[in-house]
Amino acid sequence: MTSDKLKRNLLLLVPLFLLTACATTHDRLLDMDTSQVQLRSIQSRAFDTTDKEKTMRAIIATLQDLGFMLDRADYTLGVVTASKARADTMQMQVYASLRVTVTVRPRGEKQLLVRASAEYQRSPVTDAKPYQNFFNSLEKAMFLEAHQVD
Amino acid sequence: MRVSYHIGGVLLACVLLLVGCFAVTLDRDLSLTPEMLAQRQMQTRRFDTTDEQKILKTCAALLQDTGFTIDESEATLGILIASKERDASDATQWAVYLVGSFFGVPIPPDKDQIMKAFVTTRPVGTEGRQVVVRVVFERTVFDTEHRLKKIEALNDPKIYQSFFEKLSKALFLEAHDI
Repeated sequence: MTSDKLKRNLLLLVPLFLLTACATTHDRLLDMDTSQVQLRSIQSRAFDTTDKEKTMRAIIATLQDLGFMLDRADYTLGVVTASKARADTMQMQVYASLRVTVTVRPRGEKQLLVRASAEYQRSPVTDAKPYQNFFNSLEKAMFLEAHQVD
Repeated sequence: MRVSYHIGGVLLACVLLLVGCFAVTLDRDLSLTPEMLAQRQMQTRRFDTTDEQKILKTCAALLQDTGFTIDESEATLGILIASKERDASDATQWAVYLVGSFFGVPIPPDKDQIMKAFVTTRPVGTEGRQVVVRVVFERTVFDTEHRLKKIEALNDPKIYQSFFEKLSKALFLEAHDI
């Protein structure tokens, strides 16, 4: 008798768990913490060039300089994804990983827009400083100034 | 007895987290440092050729010869990424493990490793008369209990010298330092 009741209660619990699970996944799948416009501006720079190949090669060279391992690159789409993970349990270096996706697309007739989005320890990076550092490094490889965009 | 082991383990993990620092940080890992540039020098060679694609093909063949599997490539951008899984057993570590076990502090030795190679090629000089090749190796090590032990860049100059010697031989070209 009691075990039947228990079973019914447990069965009721299952959909509840499923519901909560769905909600959190949805939230995380399409989350937008900061204002989208502001984040886009932090993550983007314009370069005075139309040479997509040269720009993508400079991005890859910069990531390689920074010690990243390339995960994938697609020239047609103008997408590069790289990650840097390090750990050393004997040296007390705790595992940490940084993933970056960089996209290149035309901006008007004379410029290319480079956008980087980073993920650190399973959270999106929304601070301006890390992106500033990345674009400073990229500027050196491009031999071109990175222009802030609105 | 078992419970106290568990508590001990948890405490140890906490201490490690407190003492240890993250191996990658946002402050440090997106800015170029002099060390990174020194590494670039070690990992790069220049070849007198206009044929970038030929170099890339030869690199792919060389990686295959050395047991790597190509994971990703984009010839338009001069990229190759390859990996291989190998045994990482080390006699010294086993000795330390056995002695450690005797005293009740076993440190599991290295067991498996995944090695990765990241090759880029890039035409340089006036009219692209030379091609620069850069290779970076890194490895991920797991211990006998399949736990992640280490992810590190391989920074032994000998590895890179050996790679470029093999590449020069395959290309019949001399490799110049950059």
